[in-house]
Amino acid sequence: MATSDLITPATNTWCPGCGNFAIEHALKDVVARMIDEGTPADEFVLVTGIGCHGKMADYLGINSFYAIHGRTIPVATGIALANPDLRVICCAGDGDCYGEGLEHLVFAAKRNVDITLVVHDNRVYGLTTGQYTPTSPLGFPGRSTPAGSPEYPLNPLALMVGAGATFVARAYSRRLPQLRALIENALSHRGFSFLEVLQVCASFYNQTGYYDEHTYDLDPEEFPIADVDRALHLAREWDYSRDSRISLGALYRSRLPTYQEHLAAQRAGIREPGRAIREFLDERT
Amino acid sequence: MEEFSVLIGGRAGEGINRASAVLNRMMARLGRFVYMYYDYPSLIRGGHNFAIVRSADHAVRTHRDRVDMVLCLDSETVRRHEGRLNPGGVLLYDSSTVKEAEGVPVPLNEVLDAEKAPPITRNSGMIGAFCRVAGISWPLVEEVFVREFGRHAEVNLRVARRAYDSVETQFRVSGGNREPMPVLTGNEAIALGLVRGGLDTYIAYPMTPTSSILHFLAEFARRTEITVVHPESEIAVILMALGAAYAGSRCAVGTSGGGFCLMTEGLSLSGMAEVPVVIVLGQRPGPSTGLPTYSCQTELLFARHAGQGEFPRLIAAPMDADEAYVWSARALDFAWRFQVPAILLVDKTLCEGGYSAVIDPDMKISTPDVGTDASQDEPYLRYRVTPTGVSPMRTVPSKGAVIKVNSYEHDESGTTTEDASVSATMQEKRREKVRTLADALAGFEPVAVSGAGDARVGVVTWGSTGGVVLEAVEGLALRVIRPVVLEPFPVDAYRAAVQGLDRIVVVEQNWTGQLEQLLRVHGFATDARVQQYDGRPFTVEDLASRLAEVV
Ligand SMILES: Cc1ncc(C[n+]2csc(CCOP(=O)(O)OP(=O)(O)O)c2C)c(N)n1
Ligand code: SF4
Ligand SMILES: [Mg+2]
Repeated sequence: MATSDLITPATNTWCPGCGNFAIEHALKDVVARMIDEGTPADEFVLVTGIGCHGKMADYLGINSFYAIHGRTIPVATGIALANPDLRVICCAGDGDCYGEGLEHLVFAAKRNVDITLVVHDNRVYGLTTGQYTPTSPLGFPGRSTPAGSPEYPLNPLALMVGAGATFVARAYSRRLPQLRALIENALSHRGFSFLEVLQVCASFYNQTGYYDEHTYDLDPEEFPIADVDRALHLAREWDYSRDSRISLGALYRSRLPTYQEHLAAQRAGIREPGRAIREFLDERT
Repeated sequence: MEEFSVLIGGRAGEGINRASAVLNRMMARLGRFVYMYYDYPSLIRGGHNFAIVRSADHAVRTHRDRVDMVLCLDSETVRRHEGRLNPGGVLLYDSSTVKEAEGVPVPLNEVLDAEKAPPITRNSGMIGAFCRVAGISWPLVEEVFVREFGRHAEVNLRVARRAYDSVETQFRVSGGNREPMPVLTGNEAIALGLVRGGLDTYIAYPMTPTSSILHFLAEFARRTEITVVHPESEIAVILMALGAAYAGSRCAVGTSGGGFCLMTEGLSLSGMAEVPVVIVLGQRPGPSTGLPTYSCQTELLFARHAGQGEFPRLIAAPMDADEAYVWSARALDFAWRFQVPAILLVDKTLCEGGYSAVIDPDMKISTPDVGTDASQDEPYLRYRVTPTGVSPMRTVPSKGAVIKVNSYEHDESGTTTEDASVSATMQEKRREKVRTLADALAGFEPVAVSGAGDARVGVVTWGSTGGVVLEAVEGLALRVIRPVVLEPFPVDAYRAAVQGLDRIVVVEQNWTGQLEQLLRVHGFATDARVQQYDGRPFTVEDLASRLAEVV
């Protein structure tokens, strides 16, 4: 399939230099490849939050549910529950899913629901023009914290390993081939796949120089592993605030029965509603 | 006896609910219509619980203040309820815990000791004694116990028999002349109605008074294809439901006011994205945590206005188990046909009350067709503008179609827009759905009317309060008008219903007069009101005397 078919005619309004373009192209490439390899195009579903990242729903020519701020994950969980054969991808923001809807993130990992979450972590609220988010560094001079953010950042990778996510990885919007490969890995993983993308926000928090300098690739021979302690140790190398090396790649992966698999195992045989109701009424007479 | 009421009371944790269910069933097996009112505090242990089981040879949907028998498992029950006895009524008391009372003693400690039975069978002893006093034949007692307790019936029956033999018959509660009817709580009727309406998935976070829908359907799901989910919060509940509906699963959710507050952003999303969902909203007195296990009618205006923006919604408020069954099935079907959120507005009285149910397991719903066949659309446009405002709906996956739903204002394809003319067109499309929905509902008796044909005075009420109003007006020249559909408000049907009346009295369980306000919005005058806001439903006597003051 021509990958251009997956881009809609909607006018793109991301800023020049925005890291979202790279995520869009990586997603489009992976989806096109999977369609070529036999996954029906109509089995892909994209769920987005509200923020610059959310515009992905308008730009990608696949089924989409442009949801509300912070709530991509419960929508995606509902879709995956209703039809476990669908390939459900969430594009969420860092404000969106580490702030407004954090509880859903923890529960998605805890349930091991079979969806793929791509977090566009620009470490700022892009669409609302530059406030601090849960992953902004201590002292971040955002528009709501002009004197510097007084909060320590959250470490999403450590959180996800701790909460039970079965695939945990980090990518960077300026490393396209690796980003593409990690999206592909995340989509082919059965269970909850968490992919954090360090996404450059050209307008409100341009960390290009810093990321170019500090990131390094994990050795794919050694990682991902199914060792929580080692993964956690690695996840904590960089705390999103102090200077340190920043690993890129998948650091944790394990195979556990998914939420949908557990539910499917509990589901009993079909029964015609009228008959089920009649049987119950008899019991109650 | 044509009509017969019995009250059973004891401490929370003593199984009053179960005992009253057995009593209710006993009366139902006699071929009588039954109604059970259950009054309990939000406690697991301690505190006072009581239930009133009322039965008659006509439909009953409410209780009276006065009763024919009082069964006391503790002295608190004697103190609180002995004054309710009708002349000639009988009080039974557990003489092992109650020191002094005027009535028939039942030595439950001795009964249990003699049968070497566990304390949990105590209520069965009281029920046994009750059955003898009320002239209920032993074979019927046996039958009901076996049905109710299954393999635990034996020990309960021994206890019941010993107590049965310890007292004398004083009445004869006669059998009705009909086949026994099933007994359902309002919540069970709602759950079965949803199933009848084609429910695939039920999602809820526990909250009284709708928790038992969750429990019931979770059990029911073990023998059907239904999926039941209890997620992290009511926010997740409604968003999951919308996701599942987008993928073709017919969903309902259940909650009370507090949980509904958390759902409002999702409700508005349902309106904008036109993704259907049914919300069972069980009212309980607020504000805030309020009286968790009591009843009220305070969420009519909240349900009507909840969620930002303007969008169509269906609100239906059934009166009893039969209507709850019919309207929950319809709500689900209408929600899907019109792609709107539908709210089934109920309350603790209906949810947890026990009713004789006359319901048809094979009921057809026959929601009118409004041109929603999407099979011909090429390319598929999720929000195609049509004369009815209803766009043909497909759910994912759908061969060859890209299905885009959106919380932002969008064009026909579901792509975000800020264009003035497209925005106006889409608002008009959603507005048009209100009219289409109202027209369709007109064929389903959205306003129920009964009472004296030549009445000059009308009593207007809604929801479970309708049940007590119907009885309180007996013998008075009054017409009773019950809007069952509250949104879109059935203006024409209401106008026809109040034709020829000089005076309108509104009865509801709140102090702001919510139905009254709604009527005024639609240009209908009201003249007087009867309100109650202590969490307890009206009783027949109480309402009759308060009505007499204003009609
Ligand atoms: C309930 C709610 N609160 C606030 C907003 C306003 N809002 C829109 S986007 C956004 C922040 C977006 O930040 P992020 O999720 O990081 O996305 P980005 O724009 O950076 O991609 C906020 C606060 C909203 N739409 N809904
Ligand atoms: S504000 Fe930042 S994240 Fe948003 S489009 Fe512009 S560069 Fe991208
Ligand atoms: Mg952001």
